Amino acid sequence: MKKHKGRNRFIALCVAPAVILFTIFMVIPTLNVFRMSLFERGAYSSTEKFVGLNNFKILFQDAKFITAMQNTILLIVVVTIVTFAFALVFAGILTREKIKGQNFFRVIFYIPNILSVVVIAGIFSAIYKPENGMLNSVLSMLSGETVTILWKDQPLVVISVIIAMVWQAIGYYMVMYMASMSSVPQALYESAGLDGAGRISQFFQITIPLIWTNIRTTLTFFIISTINMAFLFVKAMVARGMLEVGLSFMYNQKDAGLYGYSMAAGVVIFLFSFLLSAMVNKVTYREPLEF
Amino acid sequence: MKEKKMHSGSDRLLKVFIYVVLIALAITIIVPVAWVFLASIKQNSEFYGNPWTLPATLYWQNFVDAWNSAKMGEYMLNSALVTAMALALLLIVALPASYCLSRFKFRGSKFFNMAFMAGLFINVNYIVVPIFLMLKDGDVFIKNIFGHTFLLNNLFVLAVVYAATALPFTIYLLSGYFATLPHDFEEAAYIDGAGYGTAMIKIIFPMAQPSIITIILFNFLSFWNEYIISMTLMSSGTGTKTLPVGLLNLMQAQQSKAEFGIMYAGLVLVMLPTLILYICVQKKLTQGMTVGGLKG
Repeated sequence: MKKHKGRNRFIALCVAPAVILFTIFMVIPTLNVFRMSLFERGAYSSTEKFVGLNNFKILFQDAKFITAMQNTILLIVVVTIVTFAFALVFAGILTREKIKGQNFFRVIFYIPNILSVVVIAGIFSAIYKPENGMLNSVLSMLSGETVTILWKDQPLVVISVIIAMVWQAIGYYMVMYMASMSSVPQALYESAGLDGAGRISQFFQITIPLIWTNIRTTLTFFIISTINMAFLFVKAMVARGMLEVGLSFMYNQKDAGLYGYSMAAGVVIFLFSFLLSAMVNKVTYREPLEF
Repeated sequence: MKEKKMHSGSDRLLKVFIYVVLIALAITIIVPVAWVFLASIKQNSEFYGNPWTLPATLYWQNFVDAWNSAKMGEYMLNSALVTAMALALLLIVALPASYCLSRFKFRGSKFFNMAFMAGLFINVNYIVVPIFLMLKDGDVFIKNIFGHTFLLNNLFVLAVVYAATALPFTIYLLSGYFATLPHDFEEAAYIDGAGYGTAMIKIIFPMAQPSIITIILFNFLSFWNEYIISMTLMSSGTGTKTLPVGLLNLMQAQQSKAEFGIMYAGLVLVMLPTLILYICVQKKLTQGMTVGGLKG
């Protein structure tokens, strides 16, 4: 019995600090997001006034918020498709083919993932600079005339952000898929090869189905993370007001002192991301294959 | 062995094509990063012509200016302090917690495991505003009693927030590892007379070293690179800042006064530590990520 008491005290001592920190800085703020969305709070005083669903009513009529959400959806769809297509194909090539310097490519492709979004924004502002940026100067060289495209202005700014986000994400997912693809038994490919299946049909008939569980999990997390990354990129890379995504709309309302309104936007985006990932999870479900 | 088969013409063509694509992708990553390094030692006048010229001289003055007059040196120290404090705190809090959560059954253990798992889905970008308001209200309260604010614009509080928001992911990774260890290790230690704490610290933690290193690596990168929380909680115009926020301000100031050299020197200062770390441990990092398979 004495030992039992010591055991409980030990457990409490170990778990309590984590639970306390987690409660103060994650649980309470999360509950507060939902609570505050029903209130109006003064910018300079902490007095709150209950307004019910009024914030949401205004939000759904706010053209800026609608545009921001449309941009978010556009970014999620395009960035996800492009990143996953590239990452899967490159991973397939690097695990299946005998490529010289395989390790070199892997090391290089992973670099963008370790850089701060602020650094990436800096790198891409050097690439996108209109007068003598890297991209325009390459285009000038290829076309023979001086190109001065404004990459970070409307309407191209969305494409510029997409390129930067894909640039950042490809390597990480590629390395991850290489790990899971290398566990697919070589014998499967050999027998498929004997049956006359080419590389491409091997990729779609063997590789993709066998790592489908992995693709599915990463897809769900990628969608959630794209909502966040889109915010980080827009905030660091794009001039204020040029392009809004859901979370940057939320953050700007906070800067304007409209805390309740900002949290209402937060609630909508949060529920949206939850529903979306649940939906993707459902749609992509396949019977797991054994190998 | 299949590769020994005769290389047909289309086979070789495919191979060439694969190399071209791979090299093209590698170039799109190497060239911009290398360009920034070269730009950081260019003089300001060199930024108006062809962007592909090499620097005329090694103009190290950019780094001196960035370090001193743009205060990047101070910001770097701040970042190093915050990262170190947050990592230390995170390890002290997360290691015992994930050990207990994964290896003991007690009342509420299921609930806490679920709660931390659910925490994986909460991204800090959503809760940064409530955290800010909570600290702001706390500051008003503290100011009424002690006469000065404490919570906002405080590096230590920032480190606490970093550590707290990294808990779910860290506990998830560590618990996953602890759960795989057989229980015989502790039982042998208990028979030898060791207490719970001794068994945990002396027997289990040393065995978890590889996962602990993975945890440190990932969280180092995320703490060092983070800028939204830091920007929100360290919002006073002239006060302490972390390196990415300082760099962001420098970049935004570009639009009015063009000091390109200093800006690129600042960029190099932010990414150099992460690149050096990456070169040293790249094997570990690319292997470690398959443990988790997810990212916030």
